[in-house]
Amino acid sequence: MKERNRELFALIPASLLVTAGFAAIFIQRDDLLSDVSLTYGAIFLGLCLAAHVVLRFTLPHADPYLFPLVAVLACFGLVMLYRLDEDFAREQAQWFVVGLIFFTLTIVGLRRDHRVLERYRYVIALGGIVALLLPRLSSPVNGAYLSIDVGPIEFQPAELAKIAIVIFLASYLRDTRQVLVVGAKRIAGITFPPLKHLGPLLAVWGTAMALLFVIQDLGSSIMFFGAFLALIYVATNRISFVVIGLSLFAIGARLLYAVRPTIEGRVDAWLHPFDPELYDKATGGSYQVAQSVFSQADGGLFGRGFGQAIIQVGDGAPILPAAHTDFIYAVITNELGLLGACAVLLVYVLIIERGFKTAMIATDSFSKLLATGLTSVLALQVFVIVGGVTKLIPLTGVTLPFVSYGGSSIVANFILLALLLLISDRARREAQER
Amino acid sequence: MNAPILKLFGLILALFAALAALTSWNTVLNAGAYRDNELNKRPLLAEQSIRRGTIRAQDGTLLARSVRTGGRTGLYERRYSEVTQLFAHAVGYDFPLGIGRAGLERGRNDDLIGERNELTSIFDELRGKRQQGDNLTTNLDPGAQKAALGGLQGRKGAVVAIEPATGKVRVMASTPGYDPRRLDDGRVVSELNRDQSNAPLVNRATQSGFPPGSTMKVITAAAAIDSGRFTPDSVVDGASPKEISGVALKNFGGKNFGPITLTTALTNSVNTVWAQVAVQLGRKTLNDYMRRFGFYEDPPIDYPDGQLIPSGIYTRKGLIEASSGSVDIGRIGIGQERLRVTPLQMASVAATVANDGVRLEPRLTDRVVDRDGRTVQDVKPSEARRVMKASTARKLNEMMGNVVREGSGTAAALQGIDVAGKTGTAELNLRGLNQPWFVGFAPQRNPRVAVAVTIQDVQGGQGGTVAAPIAKTVMQELLR
Repeated sequence: MKERNRELFALIPASLLVTAGFAAIFIQRDDLLSDVSLTYGAIFLGLCLAAHVVLRFTLPHADPYLFPLVAVLACFGLVMLYRLDEDFAREQAQWFVVGLIFFTLTIVGLRRDHRVLERYRYVIALGGIVALLLPRLSSPVNGAYLSIDVGPIEFQPAELAKIAIVIFLASYLRDTRQVLVVGAKRIAGITFPPLKHLGPLLAVWGTAMALLFVIQDLGSSIMFFGAFLALIYVATNRISFVVIGLSLFAIGARLLYAVRPTIEGRVDAWLHPFDPELYDKATGGSYQVAQSVFSQADGGLFGRGFGQAIIQVGDGAPILPAAHTDFIYAVITNELGLLGACAVLLVYVLIIERGFKTAMIATDSFSKLLATGLTSVLALQVFVIVGGVTKLIPLTGVTLPFVSYGGSSIVANFILLALLLLISDRARREAQER
Repeated sequence: MNAPILKLFGLILALFAALAALTSWNTVLNAGAYRDNELNKRPLLAEQSIRRGTIRAQDGTLLARSVRTGGRTGLYERRYSEVTQLFAHAVGYDFPLGIGRAGLERGRNDDLIGERNELTSIFDELRGKRQQGDNLTTNLDPGAQKAALGGLQGRKGAVVAIEPATGKVRVMASTPGYDPRRLDDGRVVSELNRDQSNAPLVNRATQSGFPPGSTMKVITAAAAIDSGRFTPDSVVDGASPKEISGVALKNFGGKNFGPITLTTALTNSVNTVWAQVAVQLGRKTLNDYMRRFGFYEDPPIDYPDGQLIPSGIYTRKGLIEASSGSVDIGRIGIGQERLRVTPLQMASVAATVANDGVRLEPRLTDRVVDRDGRTVQDVKPSEARRVMKASTARKLNEMMGNVVREGSGTAAALQGIDVAGKTGTAELNLRGLNQPWFVGFAPQRNPRVAVAVTIQDVQGGQGGTVAAPIAKTVMQELLR
């Protein structure tokens, strides 16, 4: 079967899932099955088909599974959001349309050769860093500077910046990977990169630290720095570089921990979520983390079922704050149980697998590094938020890609997907031509 | 570059495995601990989505109901009416997210939320039936409750009335009280909690131990006669003062009675006689009878454990038995020393004598009925134990009849109905601050009501003058 036919076939389960999900919520809510559930399924399927047609014409050889897997996540997210608040779902559906437009634009614009991106790497890098610093101009949310208001839209530039920075790193490391390895010196058993090239790498480390210091968001800096380490490892195959990088990051983070109360608060909340004092703190306390694990405990193995989790207390105040963004994984676990949560994780693992597979079959270094970087940053984002929600690591608010509510997240992740598909299409085409 | 990419994928797989492991920990492995965490309000919230049953007085007066809160939430909240104020302590309150739960609302929570056994709930769930709360009808009598509260006149005190043959609690009044309708307001709650001296949230009928004074002599008399060591006609020297445990003990007003029968000694509440009787019975026997009457354990009533205290001898180290060596048993026998009793316990003592020596478990609930009107649970009288021989109880009944007919308890006498009882006046300090008591029952033959009344900190008042009249109005109301 041709790639695109396989893709079309694989979209069927996603559309069935969205229809079944909406139907379940309708049944729970009104005791009757409204045909609106079918309408939602149909609209969602229409969107998927549109994207599929774009791919069929523009990237016929691209990986057939990436898009259906993303569609499964998107439909999971949409159903959960609908369950939380119909308005969220409607807006999210609109953002899907916007995201698919950007998806199409990215594909059409870079169809000839996505490697033109290399030419603009410094512009892209600068754009990414500026975008990250922009929120500093507006007021912080829970102590972190994450979003800017553009008219009525709240925009989180970090989502786009992650792609920009990965493009820059992939391009930069393609140039320097050879010299980094060849010029390396072994001192006391550890391989150090040559001093000449250490500068730019330290600059990346400095940027990550500055990010941490300026926007006070541990999650974003873990994502960026983690993607950087992943890329430098893949580019050089030197584990020692990763060790050096990690140590530097740890030292920096430890120092910042002491001076920035936001980060200290997050760590305290993670260590002692049930401390009454931290729990009752109005802002920056452990209430969210505690409620997150409580809602997961409420879910158990099989979950409460769609629409059955307790989201609000009597007066309408949320018992689990930010259920539609940061804590959507907790809501999924609450309603679908351990099994549902693991299913979501598995879908991410499959997407990551397709991403790395793309990186492995790509023939040029830039494409390899770009695919690796994009996949890593996506994986790390999932790890940072799910790890925070499950209390594996201190909580930092980033979105769960394709699932959480949020325009910038949807748009950025569709661009990321478009880039992966572009790389995949070229790699698979070249493999077939050989 | 493919080898490091594979290793990177391996690392990310490990990270995701950690996520799955933590999710398993949260949802399954450690879920029980999280569910039981006291910060976790989810179990309480889940109950809010259940329509809680109503609570009614015996005559059907609605005391508590649940209404749907606004919006799509599908949650219910508790509503109380003005009349609920009368029953504030017995009914309690249900504000799970605020002050919490107390009284019958807590003691009968499983019934009120319609909690059935596991199997039934699984079947109900499969049939798509929503869990619904069952309705409670209590044994509480609004008229008598009102009479009790009226008699207490806002003074600190408590009244309990029990139907001797069934254990039905007809009156459970404690003052000062509170308005359950206002307990959803955190400021009101903290204000009530701050008021340490009045402690309005405390149910004095079940949670407060008071010195019983001479009402204790009923228990001493029961032990004396039932053990076969004395009869109502046994003669004991009622001289005053008399040395008990090495310290002189005086009768009320220092009155010297000389040799008198136990009947006369109860009628006139002669301290020296009953102290001597207690000494002669010994610590073990008196302790045994106190235990038979239900001392040293929470009364077996359908009321939450946290709001019940046992009666007994309270020392700094806690509750001690009357059989312990350090106890001045003579003074225990007349209700002095460190003896503390609850009004519920004393009502149960009176009811036991009235019921020919058989103590019944007190019951606030009469029946539990489901939404469709089917009786889920008919609360049957449940015998706690036989405390004394029926013959003993009848003799004691006679003696207590004399107390009201011609002794210290005449203020409790009812027109045309024989009343039996015993007064008590525990002296709290030397300046005349007293704790007056009255315990009793009526009619003397075939008693239908037993009552205990006590008031805290009354300057100069006696059981016979302060407590007996309240008992009278309550009994009158219940015998109407």
